[in-house]
Amino acid sequence: MAFWICGSLAHIEHLVTDLVSKQSFSCHDGESLLSAAVRSGHPIIRVGCRTGGCGLCKVRILGGDYQTGKMSRSHVSEAEELQGYVLACRTLPAGALEFHSRTD
Amino acid sequence: MKKGVMRPGHVQIRVMDMAAAVRHYRDIVGLVETHRDASGRVYLKGWTESDKFSVVLRETDRPGLDFFGFKVVSDAVLDNLAAELKAYGCQVEEIPAGELDDCGRRIRFDSPTGHDFELYAEKTRTGKWGVAQVNPEAWPRDLKGMKVSRLDHCLLYGGDLDGTLDLFTSVLGFELAEQVMDGDFRVAQFLTCSMKEHDIAFIRNADDGKLHHVAFHLDSWDEVLRAADIISMEDVPLDMGPTRHGLTHGQVIYFFDPSGNRNEVFSGGDYFYPDQEVVTWTADKLGKAIYYHSRELNDRFLSVLT
Repeated sequence: MAFWICGSLAHIEHLVTDLVSKQSFSCHDGESLLSAAVRSGHPIIRVGCRTGGCGLCKVRILGGDYQTGKMSRSHVSEAEELQGYVLACRTLPAGALEFHSRTD
Repeated sequence: MKKGVMRPGHVQIRVMDMAAAVRHYRDIVGLVETHRDASGRVYLKGWTESDKFSVVLRETDRPGLDFFGFKVVSDAVLDNLAAELKAYGCQVEEIPAGELDDCGRRIRFDSPTGHDFELYAEKTRTGKWGVAQVNPEAWPRDLKGMKVSRLDHCLLYGGDLDGTLDLFTSVLGFELAEQVMDGDFRVAQFLTCSMKEHDIAFIRNADDGKLHHVAFHLDSWDEVLRAADIISMEDVPLDMGPTRHGLTHGQVIYFFDPSGNRNEVFSGGDYFYPDQEVVTWTADKLGKAIYYHSRELNDRFLSVLT
């Protein structure tokens, strides 16, 4: 976790790493993993509906803390969710995170 | 040949967060909320629609289409078509009046592309929202968001396009207005039961039963641009547009609801009379058929489904 002071606001950033492409990039606290990946310029996660429905941005988290919003059960089953499978558009890193950008 | 199917009547859409979905469809798209039922479903309509509802939202754990329903001209037609659907080999289920509040009995049937459709003849008529039936003003002044006027059509994805085309034309009296052909292989079909260039459309896809989009009508290109402005103001996930399609020539913009279901709002589009020949786009011109101006395909528009 890193802190930058900008004016009176403290911005918390999380370092996230894709173990497939070996790319690391920074994710703002409260920003989705997908949004951070797009902002980084690395096209490592496919961008679909961005609202947890289509499943295009499915990845697997291998380490680190995160929270998820609602994700379609057509794409992430309860068993998969326990194994770290998520939709990146609905995943908020809460610290440094390692993930696998390919789930096929 | 017309068989008494009048028009698209209702769609039931699965959503994962009802509060977010209602805010999207009511406050951003601009449908009017007309009812909530005992099971928690929310009913809405476009302001020009005379029946009580056309869009039903159901909260569950995955998005997509529950069913798309067409209104038929009479109860006798409903009986006739139910018998014809059974004889054709469809799985037909009669759903009693009141399963959807304010709606009469419905005939639900499956299709070769894996979608559930319905026919019904009766629904509580409440008139256009916000204007009188006698000496009506042009439009109500307290509409929200994009102010869509009506539910217009759905585009669905599935495998057996030929089977669904035969079902809709031979049993239900729809006509093929437009198609995309890859040689002799039809990859997209736009079907009508009215003067519109499509009331239901299908694109060939490996997985059955998928929803590409639910479309709502606007009056003008200016309203499509205004919808685009609202999409930016509200940070709604944009899919594509505003642009024009080559197919149907509609002026369009596409975006996603908070559960990933794609919506379209559009204006214009060609008209259809039954003496017209089918309009054909060839697969090598698919870019222009979808994006009439850029003429370049976007993978997301073709591959993202619920």
